[in-house]
Amino acid sequence: MIEFQRVSKTYPGGFEAVREFSLVIPDRSIFVLVGSSGSGKTTLLRMVNRMIEPTSGRVLIDDEDVRDQDPVQLRRSIGYVLQDGGLMPHRNVLDNVVAVPILNGVSRLVAHGSAKKLLEQVGLTPDLGHRYPAQLSGGQRQRVGVARALAANPTILLMDEPFGAVDPIVRRELQDELKALQAELGKTIVFVTHDVDEAVRLADYMAVLAEHAIIAQVGSPQSILAQPADDFVRDFVGTDSQRVLTVRQVGGRDLAIDATGRPVGVLS
Amino acid sequence: MDYLLAAFAWLADSSHWTGRSGIPNRLLQHLAVTSVVVSIAAVIALPIGILIGHTHRGSGVVGAIVGAARSIPTLGLLTLFGLGLGIGLRAPILALVVLAMPSLLAGAYAGIETVKPEVTDAARAIGLSEWQIVSRVEIPLSAPVIIGGIRSATLQVVSTATLAAYIADAGLGRFLFTGLKTRDYAQMVGGAIMVITLALILELILAGIQRLARRISHPQLLTTTMKRN
Repeated sequence: MIEFQRVSKTYPGGFEAVREFSLVIPDRSIFVLVGSSGSGKTTLLRMVNRMIEPTSGRVLIDDEDVRDQDPVQLRRSIGYVLQDGGLMPHRNVLDNVVAVPILNGVSRLVAHGSAKKLLEQVGLTPDLGHRYPAQLSGGQRQRVGVARALAANPTILLMDEPFGAVDPIVRRELQDELKALQAELGKTIVFVTHDVDEAVRLADYMAVLAEHAIIAQVGSPQSILAQPADDFVRDFVGTDSQRVLTVRQVGGRDLAIDATGRPVGVLS
Repeated sequence: MDYLLAAFAWLADSSHWTGRSGIPNRLLQHLAVTSVVVSIAAVIALPIGILIGHTHRGSGVVGAIVGAARSIPTLGLLTLFGLGLGIGLRAPILALVVLAMPSLLAGAYAGIETVKPEVTDAARAIGLSEWQIVSRVEIPLSAPVIIGGIRSATLQVVSTATLAAYIADAGLGRFLFTGLKTRDYAQMVGGAIMVITLALILELILAGIQRLARRISHPQLLTTTMKRN
């Protein structure tokens, strides 16, 4: 369980990224923080592994204040995935994946053995292990990033707009695989995105953030789409416009038609 | 042209290749002075440069110092140190260290600063300590630039180390100063040819090392060429 207790962050220079933010993130779920850029969502995520220290308030993991832990050890115990994988360009795929286990003192041989399994788990063939990040596609790099985050077997995974740099088709694939992976491994995943579709697709729970990371609404994607708390949320998730479907009878079947007039499915 | 022929004749004379003031011994002294100077300067300048590059602090101050240090005439500095420290190698070594520092410093901090912030940020976020970020990410990625600094420092020092002979009995510069004093221009030009040759050889070696370093920082270039072959 990750708990934010009245966390605030004002950056030097006076920009108030986060104001009095409180939230409990339950174990073994995908929790998506969704908001437009500058809403402080990345700041919140980076407070969990102490990449950013709050100006006031506390962040707890399993009731322990992260500030009582050594930041380097804390970061090694939490998986972190960022845009474009964040891989080391001078290390091949295998060495990137085993980076954290090696830092934790696991022997290279053992680590490489389990890295191959991890690569398969994220949908990569092990022969990619000897390639360098620059020789991979964006989607492949992203998968390597996920494999690396899983390598030390953390219970928590932080994902900072991980699929932002890949094309929509690959993004969709990666999202589905992440859901499958989560179902299999039962990690606690905190996922940051500005893409509402992505949030709805992935989230067990999601928080819609307004400026200064003020929570406009928190709940399951279903409840947020069904009952937007206010105009801001309604506007943000687009229930007014693009997400509205209408039903049209064609040849005796009910088709669901989206806002642009395209059929998106058949009602049963 | 006559001088050049005379210089080659001087170089070919086997009597100049033996003894304490023979060419091999002078060459070794010259190399020793160069390597001692570059080593001392590197031990001081590289850590400072790397620290500045890593922390992004103090590059303005160091930039100013580097600029100022580059404009100091080494001969003037040598005379000054010589007056203070007397005859011997200490003064030239000190003056040459001052000469070598700017290139080393600039190479180190410019190199580290060119490492993309996303890369160091990701390394930190997955749990590398600051020292591990420096040693496992920043130094390997900036190795070609750092070695470029060592390369230009070495070249400056190896050619300027002739000045060591100004107040010490050491190095290939001896031939130039002795030749000048005795109007033995064959010896002077012969010494100059030796210095130039030595500088060119070091340049070739260091360029090769720099190319190797590029394989550390950009290993994918190596594997693609291997595939092509």
